[in-house]
Amino acid sequence: MTFRRHCEDFDVVEPSPAQVKAITVVRSTGDKVFRGIMTAGGLTSLVVLSLIAGFLLYRGFEILSDFGFSFLTTSEWNSGIDDVGTDARMGVAAMLVGSIVIAVIAIVIAVPFAMGVALFLEYYAPKKLRNVLTALLDLIAAVPSVIYGIWGYVVLMPLVVQWSKTLNDYLGWFPLFSVPAPIFERSPFVAGILLSIMILPITTSVTREVYSRAPKDQIDAAYALGGSRWGGIRTVVLPFGRSGLVGGAMLGLGRALGETIAVFLVLNLVFKVNFNILSSAGGNVASLIATRFGEASRYELKGLMAAGLVLFILTLIVNAIATAIVNRSAKAVA
Amino acid sequence: MDQPDMTQGEVVTPSLPETLVVEDRTRRNSARLHEHTDKGLEARSVHAWFGKHHALADVSLHFPENTVTGLIGPSGCGKSTFLRLLNRMHEFIPNSAMAGDVFLDGQDIYGAKVNPADVRLKIGMVFQKPNPFPSMTIEENVLAGLKLAKIKTSDKEALLEDCLVRAGLWKEVKDRLKAAGASLSGGQQQRLCIARALAVKPNVLLMDEPCSALDPGSTLRVEETIVQLSETMTIIIVTHNMQQAARVSDYCAFFLSDGGPGQLIEADLTSNMFSNPSDKRTADYVQGRFG
Amino acid sequence: MSVMQESTSVVQPRRPWRHPAQNALTVSVIVTLSALGGAAVTARTGLAGNLGWFVSFIACAIIVSWIAGRFRSKVAAADLVATVVIGAAAAAVVIPWTSLIYTVISNGSKVIYSGWFTTDMSVTAADDVFTVGGVSHAIVGTLIIISIATLISVPIGIASAVYIVEIRGRFSLLVRFLTQAMSGVPSIVAGLFIYSTLVVLVFEKFNALAGAFALSILMLPTVARTSEEVLKLVPEDLRSASYALGASQVSTTFKVTLPTVRSGLVTAAVLGVARIAGETAPLLLTSLYLVSFSADLVGKPMATLPTYTFGNLQIGTENAVARAWGGSLTLLALIFVLFLIARLLAGRGPGK
Repeated sequence: MTFRRHCEDFDVVEPSPAQVKAITVVRSTGDKVFRGIMTAGGLTSLVVLSLIAGFLLYRGFEILSDFGFSFLTTSEWNSGIDDVGTDARMGVAAMLVGSIVIAVIAIVIAVPFAMGVALFLEYYAPKKLRNVLTALLDLIAAVPSVIYGIWGYVVLMPLVVQWSKTLNDYLGWFPLFSVPAPIFERSPFVAGILLSIMILPITTSVTREVYSRAPKDQIDAAYALGGSRWGGIRTVVLPFGRSGLVGGAMLGLGRALGETIAVFLVLNLVFKVNFNILSSAGGNVASLIATRFGEASRYELKGLMAAGLVLFILTLIVNAIATAIVNRSAKAVA
Repeated sequence: MDQPDMTQGEVVTPSLPETLVVEDRTRRNSARLHEHTDKGLEARSVHAWFGKHHALADVSLHFPENTVTGLIGPSGCGKSTFLRLLNRMHEFIPNSAMAGDVFLDGQDIYGAKVNPADVRLKIGMVFQKPNPFPSMTIEENVLAGLKLAKIKTSDKEALLEDCLVRAGLWKEVKDRLKAAGASLSGGQQQRLCIARALAVKPNVLLMDEPCSALDPGSTLRVEETIVQLSETMTIIIVTHNMQQAARVSDYCAFFLSDGGPGQLIEADLTSNMFSNPSDKRTADYVQGRFG
Repeated sequence: MSVMQESTSVVQPRRPWRHPAQNALTVSVIVTLSALGGAAVTARTGLAGNLGWFVSFIACAIIVSWIAGRFRSKVAAADLVATVVIGAAAAAVVIPWTSLIYTVISNGSKVIYSGWFTTDMSVTAADDVFTVGGVSHAIVGTLIIISIATLISVPIGIASAVYIVEIRGRFSLLVRFLTQAMSGVPSIVAGLFIYSTLVVLVFEKFNALAGAFALSILMLPTVARTSEEVLKLVPEDLRSASYALGASQVSTTFKVTLPTVRSGLVTAAVLGVARIAGETAPLLLTSLYLVSFSADLVGKPMATLPTYTFGNLQIGTENAVARAWGGSLTLLALIFVLFLIARLLAGRGPGK
C-alpha cells in the first residue's frame, strides 16, 4: 500500500537513449603530411599496376584492333614488310599454348616432389637434417634464372635428351610422346623439367607450411587406433593440406608462366601449336618477347606489347587465385 | 536400479543417482589391484622419463577385467603419462624413456617382437578434446580404425550400428551417417570418438579426461556410456573431477608428486578411497584440501 | 646392533621401442637387393647412366620394402613403402641443386684468374681466351643499378608497410592484395613497361636508370611484404607507451617503431636485393649491355653480371661459354653473400 502511493507521487520519466559521443581526431600538420606520404607509398603498387596495364594496352592497342580475337587464336608471327604492318599476321596462340604446356609439365613434376619433400621435412627428418635442408631450400630459391638457364642448357639438357630417346622408344606410340623427327633438344619436355626444378622451392615452402599446421591431436588419434606414421599422414595431414597444396601449386604455376631466361635458353620457339612434348618445338610468350625484341620493327614492337599484355593478365589472374586459396587455407585453421 | 535395455538401442537416462555403479558386483575387491595374474592389464614398477626429467616413478597396478578404474590426483602428477605408457603412445615423444613392464593378458606389450600398432588395437584411447577426423563422414569416422589397421570385416553396417549404439549415439545420428564428422556438438563428437575407438574391438579403453571439455549434460551421457561399456571391457579413466570418479569407477588410484616424479600413493575401492583412505595425503585430496 | 642397509638400485631408463639392430638389418637388406636389382635393370634396358641406376634402385627398393613389410603386416608394408618413396623424393630433389652449385663452382673457377675482378671487356673480344678480360664493368654495373633500385623501392616499400600496419588506412587490404599481385608480374613485362615509358618516351635511350626502375618494380613487393611482417612483430605496448607520452604518430613511427625493427627492415632490403641481383630479362630491354665500365647513368647502357653471363652464352663459342660460367660463379657468390647477411641480420630479432 505504502509503495504504490510512493509511485503515484512521482512523474514517470522515460530514460533517454544513451548518446554516443562522437570522437573527432584532430591531427597535427606533421601527422597529416606523414599520413599522406605513407598512403601515397602504399598506393604506389596500385599506380604501377594500372600504369603497366594501361601502357601495354595503349601500345598494343593497334595490334589488337587490327587482329581482334584472332591475336589469341592464330599462330603466326609475321610483322609485315614495313613499319606499319602491311601484310602482317600476328597471333600468339602457339606461344600461349606453349607457355601453358610447359607450365603444366612443371607442375605435374613439381607437386609430387614438393609433397614428398614437405612430408619428409615435417614428419620424417631428424632435427639436424631438417635445418640443413630448409636452409638449402631457402638458398636455392634465390638462385637467379640465368644460372638455371646455363646449367639447364649445359648439364640438364643432354640428360633429358637421353631420357626423351628412351621414353620415345618405349612409349612413342602414345601421341604425347611421339615425335615427327628424332630431334629431342630444346623441347617443351626439357623446359618443363627445368621449370619444375625452379618452382620446387616455393611450392615446397608453402606446402610444408601447411603440413606443419596439421592438428597434432588428430594425428595422435590415428596412432591410438593402431595406425602407422603413414596412416596418420594419409588420414589427417594430406586431407588437411589439400587446399594449401593447391595454393602452392598455383603460385608455382604463376612463376612458371612468367619465366623468361631459363626457358629462352632451353626451348626452341616454333609458331605451331605443338603437343608432342618430346620434340624440339614449343612456345612461350615471355621468350617470344625476349627473342624478337632486339630487331623488332615499330609494328612488331606493338605486337610484342600486346603479347606482354596477354601474359600480364594471365599471370595476374593465376596469382590472384593462388593468393586467395592460400589465404583461405590459412584462415581456416585460425 | 534398472539396467538400460541395450537390445533396443536406446539409452534410458536414469534420474540422477549418487553413483552409477551397480551395487551387485561381487567381483570387486581391492586386493585385485595388486595381484599378478594372467588376465587383464597390469603395470609393474613402471617409470617414465622425458629426456632427463623423471616424470613417473615405480607405479605398480593391476586393472581387473571389466571394471572401471579412475586415476585421480592433482595436475602434473603423471596420470596422463602413465596412461600413455599403457598403450605405447609415450614413445612418440622425442627423447622419452621408460622402465618396468606392462602386461596384457600375460604378454609383455613392450616385448621385442611386439608390434606397437597391435597393442594399440587392443588398448584403445579416447582423448580430452574430441577429435573426429574432419575430412570424413560420421560413418567413415567410426570405421576409420579398420581402414588404418587394414582390418577387413564382413558386415560393416552391423559393426557401425553396434559401435554407435554402445557409444550411445545411434539414435541421434542414424539418419545422417553421411554428414561430416565435425558437424556434431561437442558431446556428440566425443561419443563419436568413443564409437571410433570401439570399432577395432579393444579389450581395454583408456580415457584421458574425456569429459573435461564437455558441458554437464554431455558429461552425464558419456559417464553412462562408460559404465555400460565396462560390462565388456576394462576402462581406465583419468579425471580431475572427484565426483565423476565417485560416480563412475569401481576402483581408484591416487597419484601425487612432491616436486619429484609422480608416484602412486594409494589404490583402493572407490568407496573406501572416499570414505576412509589409508594415507593422509589421499584424505587431504579427496576432501578438497588441495589439488 | 647391525645397521640395516637399504640397497637402492637405480632404475635405468630404457627405450624398448627402438630396434637398432633389426632396423639396420632391414635397411641393409633393402639397400643391397635394390642396388643389385637396379644394376640388373640398367644393364638390360635403355635406362643409362648414374641417374638411370638411381631410378631403378628406387623402383626396386619400393618392391623389396613392400615384400619385407608384408612379413610383419599389411600396415607395416604400406608404411615402409611410404617411407622409401618420401625419402627417395627428398634425395632426388637434392641431386639437381647439388649438381647446379657444383657445376657453377667447378666450371666458373676455371675462368677466374688474378685479373678477373679488375679488368673489363673493352679491349677483349668475347671469343678471346679467358685469361684476358674480366667482369669489373659488370660487377660495378650490377652494384650501381641495384643501389639505385634500392633507393627507389626501399622507401616506398617501407611506406607501404607503415601504411598497412601503423596507419591502418581504409585501403590496407587493397594495398596488401595489390602488393601480392605485383610480386607476380613477370620480369619481362616489367622490362617491357619501362621500355615503353622511360626508354622510349623519357630518355630515348637505353640506360642504367631505366634498368634500375625496371628492377625496382620487381623489388618493391619483396621489401613491402617483409617489412610488413617485421612491423607486425612490434608489440602494441611500445606504441601505446609512446602515444601516452603525447607523441605524434610521426614521432612514434620514426623514433620508436621503426628503430625497434631496424635490423628487420635492413633484412627486408637485403632480401629484395637478393631477389633482383640476378634478374636478366628486364635488363635486356632497358639497360642492355656495354663492354666497358661507364659511370653514365642516363646516356649509355650499362653492363651487369646477369647480362654479361647471358650475352656470352648467346655468343656460344667455347671461350665465351667459359666466361659465362665465370660470370655465373661471380653472380652466385654475390647472392650467397647477400643471403648470409640477411640471415645474420634476421637472427638478431627486433630491438637489436
